[in-house]
Amino acid sequence: MRKNWWKILAGVLLVYTFTAGLLIKVPSLGNLKETIRNMFFHVPMWFSQIILLTTALVYSIKYLRKPDLRFDIYAEAFTKTGILMGILGLVTGAIWATYAWGEPWSNDPKQIGVAIALLIYFAYLVLRNAIPDIDKRARVSAVYNIFAYFIYLPLIMILPRMVESLHPGGKGVEGNPALNGSDLDPMMRIVFWPAVIGWTLLATWITTLNIRLYLIRDKNLLHAE
Amino acid sequence: MIKTIFALLKKDLLLELRQQHSFYGILLYVASTIFVLSLSIPQNPEGAVWNGLFWIVQIFVCVNAVAKSFLQESRGRMLYFYSIAGAKEFIIAKLIYNTILMLVMCLLSLGLFFVLLKNPLVHTPRFIGIVCVGGISISLVFTLLAAIAAKAQQNAALMAILGFPLIIPQLLLLVKLSKSAFGEIFREGALLQLSLLIVGLDVMVIALSIILFPFLWKD
Repeated sequence: MRKNWWKILAGVLLVYTFTAGLLIKVPSLGNLKETIRNMFFHVPMWFSQIILLTTALVYSIKYLRKPDLRFDIYAEAFTKTGILMGILGLVTGAIWATYAWGEPWSNDPKQIGVAIALLIYFAYLVLRNAIPDIDKRARVSAVYNIFAYFIYLPLIMILPRMVESLHPGGKGVEGNPALNGSDLDPMMRIVFWPAVIGWTLLATWITTLNIRLYLIRDKNLLHAE
Repeated sequence: MIKTIFALLKKDLLLELRQQHSFYGILLYVASTIFVLSLSIPQNPEGAVWNGLFWIVQIFVCVNAVAKSFLQESRGRMLYFYSIAGAKEFIIAKLIYNTILMLVMCLLSLGLFFVLLKNPLVHTPRFIGIVCVGGISISLVFTLLAAIAAKAQQNAALMAILGFPLIIPQLLLLVKLSKSAFGEIFREGALLQLSLLIVGLDVMVIALSIILFPFLWKD
């Protein structure tokens, strides 16, 4: 119980997100109408994706500092869940865009950013599979993970601000203002931040299950050290 | 340290001069790519198309030119370098060498583009400058990736998978910057901002390469 409180918290927060997110009164903003509720599902997935990938980065750095195979397993598991959250974020975004923008994919800079992120991290998985030697795989993929993260981060910082975007925060376009952090409606804020925490905790839970599985799979390797 | 870097660089350049077949190999690759390109698209393509094609060709050239820089070093030779030089010297020498190689290739392919696909540029000297900056940026990113791909023993294909998503930030900035050479007017200060972004990314890539390469170096 003491160790599992955060799993219960994840469940509670997500139940809250689903009920409150679908029931509370949301501000009516132009053509967004009720689709604004997607913000409780789509945006938190991106938050959790970035958090997971950053955690994976930390473990990659840890591996390079001290080559313990466990860190590599953590990094791999966090990256995989990060990819999962990325795909979910992409799908929820695409469903929403079908109604809000008229088409699921409109080459919006943030959509391109997502596509690049997925390509980068799929390449990470391909690279891992291409190296049979376990220690070498861990080291090389840690190096790639760090390199990729530091190129990906400026990309999602710079690119959306450079080009005109349908998303909020783009250059020169008013877009859909509700999703800007600062002018978030207070009513939405009390659902939005719990939703972010809830989704992140759920993703971490999935990751820990994966990690336990990998640790059992590589039991012989870990104990041989 | 500078002496070691210089010696390693000299060795790479001398090798290039003595084994000219690999240099001419890449050159032929560039020439045939651009020739095929000129046959498969209509004559005198408009600026935006020309610009996009030019940068895409540069990426493919870079994958092929830079990939061999780590592939050509056999296991035994790497062991020898390991005993005479440090990882930092080695990667700095490779970065400089790849930059020089890529600059030559970029300028040669620019010449071929002018011959085979005509010249739609408004400010040619400015575009040549942008090409130099671009060649340097692209080769820097691909150098560390070549070292990573060499560890996985399957070079060109893996390098494309790893590198293409990572080169996109630079590529987008370069394509945008080159539009100024086609006569597009930019907002005041925007050109400087773009150039600074590219240089900033370059500095970051160099720093990351120097920090990360020592971990790849030991086998």
